[in-house]
Amino acid sequence: MEREYINRCTLFFPTLKLSNFDEFLIFIEGFLGGAVMAKYFVQRVIYMIITLFLIASITFFLMKLMPGTPFNAQGKLSPEQIHIMNEKYGLNDPVPVQYAHYMLNLLKGDLGTSFQLDNRDVSTLIAERIGPSATLGIEALVFGTIVGILLGVLAALKQNTWLDYGSTLIAVIGKSIPSFVFAAVLQLWIGAKLQWLPVAYWNGFSYTILPSIALAMFPIAIAARFMRTEMIDVLSSDYIVLARAKGASAFEIAFKHGFRNALIPLITVMGPLAVGLMTGSLVIENIFSIPGIGNQFVQSITTNDYGVIMGTTLLFAIMLVVIILIVDLLYGVIDPRIRLSGGKK
Amino acid sequence: MIVEEKISADKFQPAHIDAAKGEVIEKPSLSFWQDSWLRVRKNKGAIVSLVLLVLLILMAFVGPHINHYGFNNQDLTKSNLPPRIPGIEKLGIFDGTQNVGGQKVNLYEQKGIKDYYWFGTDSLGRDLFTRVWKGTRISLYIAFLAAAINMVIGVAYGAISGYYGGKVDNVMQRIIEVLSGIPDLVVVILMILILKPGILSITVALSITGWVGMARVVRGQILKLKSQEYVLAAKTLGAKDGKIIFKHLIPNMASVIIINTMFIIPSAIFFESFLSFIGLGLEAPKASLGTLIEDGYKVLRFLPYQMLFPAAILSIIMIAFNLLADGLRDALDPKMRD
Repeated sequence: MEREYINRCTLFFPTLKLSNFDEFLIFIEGFLGGAVMAKYFVQRVIYMIITLFLIASITFFLMKLMPGTPFNAQGKLSPEQIHIMNEKYGLNDPVPVQYAHYMLNLLKGDLGTSFQLDNRDVSTLIAERIGPSATLGIEALVFGTIVGILLGVLAALKQNTWLDYGSTLIAVIGKSIPSFVFAAVLQLWIGAKLQWLPVAYWNGFSYTILPSIALAMFPIAIAARFMRTEMIDVLSSDYIVLARAKGASAFEIAFKHGFRNALIPLITVMGPLAVGLMTGSLVIENIFSIPGIGNQFVQSITTNDYGVIMGTTLLFAIMLVVIILIVDLLYGVIDPRIRLSGGKK
Repeated sequence: MIVEEKISADKFQPAHIDAAKGEVIEKPSLSFWQDSWLRVRKNKGAIVSLVLLVLLILMAFVGPHINHYGFNNQDLTKSNLPPRIPGIEKLGIFDGTQNVGGQKVNLYEQKGIKDYYWFGTDSLGRDLFTRVWKGTRISLYIAFLAAAINMVIGVAYGAISGYYGGKVDNVMQRIIEVLSGIPDLVVVILMILILKPGILSITVALSITGWVGMARVVRGQILKLKSQEYVLAAKTLGAKDGKIIFKHLIPNMASVIIINTMFIIPSAIFFESFLSFIGLGLEAPKASLGTLIEDGYKVLRFLPYQMLFPAAILSIIMIAFNLLADGLRDALDPKMRD
């Protein structure tokens, strides 16, 4: 069965050299039903696990390298008390035991404790603050991609008109000017000078608008440029010419035939977009004083709260890796060619 | 769509039929780079960007020495002065005035200061003009660093991985697979925990992850090119692997390498300024555009000029690199050729 599969593969793709690792993957895939997609899926999940394992291990050993213990700083504790505390948190165990403990805790969703905020669980701290971050991220993503797609499609339909140039200008500016500069300008101009919207804090929908716009500039720029290229590409393909020859209206061609096919490859940029949004949220939340994870993260760095830094870093890493995996898998489902080259970029 | 146009008959001449003349090349033949340069030159955005970048690079080197203020000369008696430029001050802008309680006040006259601070001073009385150009140096250093890392590590890694193939390729690709999974931000934060915030930790972080995209692209290109006849010819003539890679393969994908490098540069510059803005970048008293923007942001409502200058220069650098990258891609990418 496996042999047959390998033969099939080498028959279709003679350049594809199968190593032991690939054979191992194919073996696993045999359990899963035996399709190329399953192999791709398993392969990607294994790399994701290796990556996360590596990040978690590096994080752990860096924590061990850090000078001092979480309790020394108080100074008021007697050696016995410190010993008891160390015992309680398992800090007297040999390093491999601690490592195993740490990994098991991670699997249970325990991200460690904060050194500054009363030794609270990082998981709880994050759970308290994930709401605003998620709201902001989703708002910016939805708003950004919709506006970006519209700009891109319009630019492609009205090529080389002022509409096209305007859309390109917005895209270049959105891609070039850092989000924190945008945020500051919006805050000063719309918030403070015109007083249309609140300057900062988090207290209902009107407070989300300015930060969302500042955060959405990057998705707008990326989606607009990408959509324009894709749309122009699609509009010059044979089936569009055919549709035109058969007398379909301009609207029908643009939206029924063109738009839908141009939209599919947009999934490829969703990974970089998510990364951009997450990075952007750190500084946007800070500027607009939004009680989200990004804001807490920046604060934890300034106060040397290693527990929170590590926990949040891990969370960011997990989220990014999972998002990129999902995007790659979706793209693999849609465009079978991509699986063979083993990922994008 | 065919546009009908009347063309008068006297514009046409009978052609000479001469077999020998059919082979004559009318215009001088252009090399790939001459051809590309012709196309870049047509792109106004790219040319303007190129000129701007050259100016900015010059200013980054010359700027801090134009006036006699050091980048860290503190003078609290001259703190928070608005910009004042000799000559232009007569036009009513950059004249050292500032709104204090609804009234325009010339702070220089009020404090009896004879000096001119072209971009104003910060809260410690340091000259912003000098500091902004010092900060520009950092951004350009990051740009240069990102480009160098991509061209050296990325190209070499991708070329070796693609050229040797088989087990070497397999192992090298697995390493890349894992490395690309780790977000840049995470690497920088881990570096900062080991090394302290600063230019060194950003440099190390960029060296660890910055070249992965380039390595992938170069590997793909090598896989495509290595089965070409000229490689076979070189091999038959006894060329060594290193010579084939560096003398034959890499020059043939120079355009791909240049395009990729140009697109990496703005994201690296953004990365540094972003880190500096949230306080993970340079430590005081050193200045980068990111730290200057952060300092200016704190007093944005009252002293907007303190953020204006670094933010404007950072934006110009970013836009210029992006437009130049676009222009080069359009000129060099064979797929875009018409």
